[in-house]
Amino acid sequence: MKIVVCMKQVPDTTEVKIDPVTNTLIRDGVPAIINPDDKCGIEAALEIKERVPGTTVTVVTMGIPAAESALREALAMGCDEAVLLTDRKLAGADTWATSCAVAGAVQKLGADLVICGRQAIDGDTAQVGVQIAIHMGIPVTTYVEKLVDVNEQSITVQRQYEDRYQTVRMRYPCLITAIGDLNKPRYMSVGGCWDAYAKEIKIMTYADIADVADESNMGLAGSPTYVATSTTKEAKGAGTVLKDLSPDEAVAAIVDKLAAMHII
Amino acid sequence: MSRDVYVFCEQRDGVIQNVSYELIGKARELAADLGQQVVGILAGSNIGELPAKLIARGADKVIVADKPILEHYSTKPYTDVVVQVVHEYQPEIVLFGASSIGRDLAPAVSASVHTGLTADCTGLAIGDLVRTVNNAKDKAKSDACIAALGQDVDVVDNSRVVKDRAGNEIPIVNVQYTYHKQLRMTRPAFGGNIIATIVCLQHRPQMATVRPGVMQALEADETRTGEVITLNCDPTNNLEVLETVKSAKASKDITESKILVSAGRGMGSAEKLCEVQALAEALEGDVSGSRAVVDAGWLEKDRQVGQTGKTVRPDLYVACGISGAIQHAAGMENSGYIIAINKEETAPIFDIADLGIVGDVHAILPKLADAINKYKANK
Repeated sequence: MKIVVCMKQVPDTTEVKIDPVTNTLIRDGVPAIINPDDKCGIEAALEIKERVPGTTVTVVTMGIPAAESALREALAMGCDEAVLLTDRKLAGADTWATSCAVAGAVQKLGADLVICGRQAIDGDTAQVGVQIAIHMGIPVTTYVEKLVDVNEQSITVQRQYEDRYQTVRMRYPCLITAIGDLNKPRYMSVGGCWDAYAKEIKIMTYADIADVADESNMGLAGSPTYVATSTTKEAKGAGTVLKDLSPDEAVAAIVDKLAAMHII
Repeated sequence: MSRDVYVFCEQRDGVIQNVSYELIGKARELAADLGQQVVGILAGSNIGELPAKLIARGADKVIVADKPILEHYSTKPYTDVVVQVVHEYQPEIVLFGASSIGRDLAPAVSASVHTGLTADCTGLAIGDLVRTVNNAKDKAKSDACIAALGQDVDVVDNSRVVKDRAGNEIPIVNVQYTYHKQLRMTRPAFGGNIIATIVCLQHRPQMATVRPGVMQALEADETRTGEVITLNCDPTNNLEVLETVKSAKASKDITESKILVSAGRGMGSAEKLCEVQALAEALEGDVSGSRAVVDAGWLEKDRQVGQTGKTVRPDLYVACGISGAIQHAAGMENSGYIIAINKEETAPIFDIADLGIVGDVHAILPKLADAINKYKANK
């Protein structure tokens, strides 16, 4: 079977800058790492490859050419093939436009099982995985915390909720999104690192997905949401700060206040 | 034309989740600003009297999808229901709780009906939005959308033709659109350092998810009346649900606590958390903590407050040995009253505290718990 893992390279620092004109993230020049949930997705794919003979794992990302380093890391972990979807036309995309483009790439690559991370640490939206599945018209299970059974026809997984879990079985093609509880991603192997630099990263541009992804849905222009303003957060007005009190004085100050507010 | 503010109302085992009441409370404000109504969408099996509860909390109408397949949440059948509601009723706005259900359902609906979705909003308001367009393609798209959606927009067209040195005429497009009554969705981005305001101008409905504890529910008013509409639907699934098992461990939902005593790294060790526990007991509240405390294994993950934990707004929040990094503040700064105890005078927690005490938590906490118990005994 063929597994396609969708991953995102995320800035490994919180020092993020915003373009003052377009109000979108400036990603150029910021070092990229594999998003943690996506890394669990890669690990899950590699575990399935070990269990089900004849499985291949392709990792795909949409982004700037610098995302190549994250793809090489995925190859070094043991993925068979890496694809970079990159095009100016795709820049500035919100989750809707991103999912349209990635769904197009996955469709062109062909997949029995698609694996995404639940959410990325730079946006926390958890939207793109589900949206890819809807665009492709395939079953989806998010928040996967356990692989129960995987065979050549179907996958059975445990889906986490706040107060329960659900066991579901899906026939291929289908999509799952991985959470941190699913596994502990392996490190790159020495042989893997060697291979990773010998392998070619396959480049896809909009032209490669044009027949399955409408241009009007791509990039900033194809994004339904629009970032109107970004502001640096203002702290709320400061209250009273008391210092140089003895512990007893401090206790009295707090008790007086709690009593005045009828909390005690 | 689209109208009304819809709330997807989440029920689990026949219990409406608090976040749904909170969203209805917010939806009432938005609907008042729009001059429109609040509509609940309720999906489940044997729903019974639940719609009345939503009406008591502020819904004008409740659309009910009651089918055995909807007993437990599953993506496809629930998406079928909400997508059908969107197509039949054309909502102006649809809100979802940012739970593990809402964060699955909302993107499925957004992809299905081709509209935008803003995740984990901390603020929602109706307001104007000015957008300037500088090319003919965007202008054509904007004009077409305004006509199609029947939007209330003021247009100032400053487009003109200029001549270059050779005398060639060059058209300059500059059109300023002022969209009225848009849903302005604000959310922290990138670790909470930046607040982004996001709008969805050219697609309907406008959709957002909101974390539990961020908005405020209205008190139940049993005298309110409203309309209950049964949705004639036939949702189907595209996967097999083999079993649904409720977790044995009853996790504490700190988003519902009225009083939280919260521990930070400054508590020093897991053993010292008993001081926080004692104060929480004296105040009849619950214990929560910062990410540092959870990462150190001193406290369970479900009690973590902050960007990667939960957003809380108790009446009283006592921060003990918490420095108040922006990621933590994002999860608690809307608390009713904040007391902070920290030995570092420069700790950012003092910028958001209503009452700050610079001092040693270990010297203050045990005495404080005793003093509160004594005060209550003598009252």
